[in-house]
Amino acid sequence: MKISVHIERTNTTQKIDFSGITVRQLLCQLDLNLETVLVARNNEVLTEEETLQENDLLEILSVISGG
Amino acid sequence: MNCHKCDAKAVISLQHGSLCKSHFLSYFEEKVFRTINKFQLIERKDKLCIATSGGKDSLTVLYLTKKYLEKYNCNNELFALAVDEGIAKYREKTLRDLHHFCREQNIRLETVSFNEELGKNLDVAYPFINKGTKKKPCHICGVWRRYLLNKQARDLGATKVVTGHNLDDEAQAIVMNLFKANTKIAGRLGPISGIEEQELFVQRVKPLYFCLEKEVRLYTILKGWQVQFAECPYSHTGYRHDIQEMLNEFEQKYKGTKQGIINSFLAMLPLLREEERKQPEEIKPCQECGEAANQEVCNACKMKAIIQSC
Ligand code: SF4
Ligand SMILES: [Zn+2]
Ligand SMILES: [Zn+2]
Repeated sequence: MKISVHIERTNTTQKIDFSGITVRQLLCQLDLNLETVLVARNNEVLTEEETLQENDLLEILSVISGG
Repeated sequence: MNCHKCDAKAVISLQHGSLCKSHFLSYFEEKVFRTINKFQLIERKDKLCIATSGGKDSLTVLYLTKKYLEKYNCNNELFALAVDEGIAKYREKTLRDLHHFCREQNIRLETVSFNEELGKNLDVAYPFINKGTKKKPCHICGVWRRYLLNKQARDLGATKVVTGHNLDDEAQAIVMNLFKANTKIAGRLGPISGIEEQELFVQRVKPLYFCLEKEVRLYTILKGWQVQFAECPYSHTGYRHDIQEMLNEFEQKYKGTKQGIINSFLAMLPLLREEERKQPEEIKPCQECGEAANQEVCNACKMKAIIQSC
C-alpha cells in the first residue's frame, strides 16, 4: 500500500510503498527504533500494533530531544 | 488495540498493558506525584528552583511540580531558572517556548547565560577549550551548566533544584559511570542527589525519575503543548549519545531493560552512599570564585582561565 510519512526530525515528507500492516512493521521498514519515535495519524497517537491503511498520512514524532 | 482499564482506543502499550489518553495522563501524573512523595523530594519549607531549558522534560516537570503543590495545598515558593549556553539555532528556539509557557502558567522565570557569567558562549568557548584539553562540548556544557544552576539557585534563595531528568537520562548516566568505573560519581545519582550536608551545594531532585523519555514526549503531545522539535547540534558528539543508542537497541529487543538498570542501581545506591560517607571527598571553596570545589580551583574556573589566556 502507498502511505505518506512526515518525519519531524528532518522535516521531510516521503511517499512510501509499505509492504506490512502495522505501525511496528512500518518503523522496521524505515529503520527507526520504536523507543525513539511516536507515530500519529490525524493528530491521534497510535500504538505499535495499530493497523495502517492505504493513503494514510502519518506523522513521525521524535521522542529524543538532544540537549 | 484498546486500553486495559476501559474500552477506549489505546495511545501507548506499556509493559503492564495498554492505556488510552485519559488513563495514560492520570497514570503518568500519579507516577510523578508518587515519586515526589516516596523519596520526599519536596518538603514544606523548600523554596523550589526548577531548572528549565524549554524542552519537553523541563516543561513537564515545571507543570507537574506546580500541579503537585496545588494538589497537596503546599505554599512552597517556586520559580523557573533557564541557562542559556549560547548554542546557535537551538537554544533560542527552546527558550522562546519556555517564555511563552511560563507566561501562560504564571511562573516567574529567571535566566542566566554562559556569555554573561563566564565570558563566552559555548559555541565560542568550545573550540578553545577543546584544543588544549580535548574536552567534548557536552562535557564543557555540563560543567558550566551545573555550576551556574547551583550558584544562581543558591543566590536566589532556593533550597532545592528540581530537574527534568527522566528515566532514560538516569539509565544512561548509570551505565556511563559503570563503564568508566566512576563509582564515586555514581553515588551522587538517584532521585535526590547532591551532597546533603554541604551548604555550598543545593540538592537536586528528579520527579520524572521513573518516566521513560517516550512517556514524557507522549505526555506533552497529549497535553497539546506546542514544543517545536529542536536538537542541539552537539548532541551526537558525546559518549552519552552512544550509550543512549545502545540502550534503545536493547530496550526495543528486551522491553524493561532501562527500568531494570534503574531498579538494580537503586538497590545498590545505599552501599555507594555508605562508601562515600566513610571516605568523604573534601569539598572547599574554590580559590577563584568561592563555589564548591574538590581541588584548589573548580573545573568551571579552570575552563574559564583557558579562554581568558587565548
Ligand atoms: S547536547 Fe551537549 S552541548 Fe548540547 S545542550 Fe546538551 S549537554 Fe549541552
Ligand atoms: Zn482507558
Ligand atoms: Zn571557581
